[in-house]
Amino acid sequence: MLAYTLTRLLYLALVLVVMSVLIFLVTQAMPGDVASMIAGQFASPEVVQAISVKLGLDQPLIVQYGRWAAGILHGDLGRSLVLEQPIAPILMEALARSLVLAVVALTVVAVAGIGLGVLAAVRRGKLTDQMVSGISYLGIAVPDFFWAIVLVLVFGSYMKLLPTGGYTPVAEGVLPWAAHLVLPVVTLVLMLLARIARLTRSSMIDVLQTNYVKFARAKGMPESVVILRHALKNALLPTITVLAIDFGLILGGVVVIETIFSYPGMGRLLLFAIQRHDLPLIQATILVVSAAYCLANLVADLLYAFVNPKIRHGMRTA
Amino acid sequence: MTAASPAPRRLSSRRSALPVSLVVGLVLLAPLLVAAFAGSWIAPYPYDEMNIMSRLQPPGPEFWFGTDEFGRDVFSRTLVGTGSSLLMGVAATALSLMAGVPLGLIAGYKGGRAGEAIMRAMDVLMSFPPILLGILVLAVTPPAQWKAIVAIGIVYVPQVVRLARAITLELMQEEFITAARLRGESAAYILFHEILPNIWPPLAVEASLRVVFAILLGASLSFIGMGAQPPSSDWGLMIAEARPFVEQAPWIALCPGFALAIAVIGINLLGDGLRALLDPRNTGSH
Repeated sequence: MLAYTLTRLLYLALVLVVMSVLIFLVTQAMPGDVASMIAGQFASPEVVQAISVKLGLDQPLIVQYGRWAAGILHGDLGRSLVLEQPIAPILMEALARSLVLAVVALTVVAVAGIGLGVLAAVRRGKLTDQMVSGISYLGIAVPDFFWAIVLVLVFGSYMKLLPTGGYTPVAEGVLPWAAHLVLPVVTLVLMLLARIARLTRSSMIDVLQTNYVKFARAKGMPESVVILRHALKNALLPTITVLAIDFGLILGGVVVIETIFSYPGMGRLLLFAIQRHDLPLIQATILVVSAAYCLANLVADLLYAFVNPKIRHGMRTA
Repeated sequence: MTAASPAPRRLSSRRSALPVSLVVGLVLLAPLLVAAFAGSWIAPYPYDEMNIMSRLQPPGPEFWFGTDEFGRDVFSRTLVGTGSSLLMGVAATALSLMAGVPLGLIAGYKGGRAGEAIMRAMDVLMSFPPILLGILVLAVTPPAQWKAIVAIGIVYVPQVVRLARAITLELMQEEFITAARLRGESAAYILFHEILPNIWPPLAVEASLRVVFAILLGASLSFIGMGAQPPSSDWGLMIAEARPFVEQAPWIALCPGFALAIAVIGINLLGDGLRALLDPRNTGSH
């Protein structure tokens, strides 16, 4: 297990290096010249030239990459051109807000998705099962931004129950803070619930047919104990993996949802950076979000390996 | 799910007739296909005809699904947008197949260094969250729809490569491949005449489901302004344009939203049906 973890960590480090090179090269190809942006619209060519020498932009790409990468390793993500501030604090703040969104949404998805999946598996073929499938189908049939608009319309504009967007810090009261989270969280849940519910249902159905469960029933265990203690514990393996992957997906994929709800997280920061051609900010946000995504995937693999006895006991299949 | 467990999808397979999900999927998709090809002829109004006198009209006999902020007919725009939205999904999937299948075949058949290099490159691509990879590709140059299609195609190449490689590896164990090798057939002959005909059924199933993701990703990219560009008509773009007016005129967003839902449900059902028909092994996995 330790060897497996170390190999995977090493591999992650390699992937991150390659990713950072890719991100660096792609952002270099983007329109917009850092030096002329800093100098302003009316600066003379000499001024632009001086700035680019000062920032080292006239040096070969590999030197520039080296300086950028070294900065990141020291926790320095560079300066935003548009905001004219160091990027690291802005980014951390946005990341924290996106993390809150992701954690709350994932908790709801886990509880509701596993619950619905078990319910559907136990009542397989009956009305409950079909209703669960129907509801989960609805969630994936329509893109998340459409759900977001419908939710804003119903709960924000018509019923006036919830704020339709924005964000208030916890310091200004827990209730307004939570109220701003409700609609984005519900949208994310609708998007992710279906997969978790269907996955739990199908692995639950598999496990319920094993001799192990039949034996537990034959011993005269109450049905609730059989389902919760014997079956569910074994059926959760694939679900846990997908939940961890979803966590990464939320972090990366919230661009659209954060935009609709004007939630100041990573996704909106990235879109802002792209619209304003803020190259250092684009590089930093994409790198951090992608790293978080990779990390979530790694955690998923490790969790799977940890829970799965075949891998835990020495069989090192990557 | 293993083959031993009884098929949970009682409606499909078993009978020799077409799977129900396939038929229902086709029925849902048929009008969309008609709209995709003939949308601009069927549409009651030109999709870009502006009319200041009839801005933000609610649905009625004159405009079936109302009008938008420029007085353009929402129903006509949705009809014409069908082609754009479906095209994005289908073309992007086709691109990822065209790039992914050969790579997967090589990785599976040759193995060795080349195979390893291909798979590691795919790992890097898959390390980016899908929409971010799309944005990264698109942010380089001014947005255009064809660029979005290429970006979505790139996003889904790794999945195609992995699947094609896995099936190729499985097929390599089969006796008819060994026989072909012993006969001294060339690698190209084996790849194109022996392996390719056998990997398309699972690939077709995969592709049909992949189209759904591609359509949704395309709509998302259009929604954030990186896909189809105004004044063209595209469902994702329409929903984006409808946002500021959603309180006064919710129908502008609802019409393309429902169209998207029909497309996604239809293609999902079609994929499920195809799976039951072509790839009975995997029937029943979620």
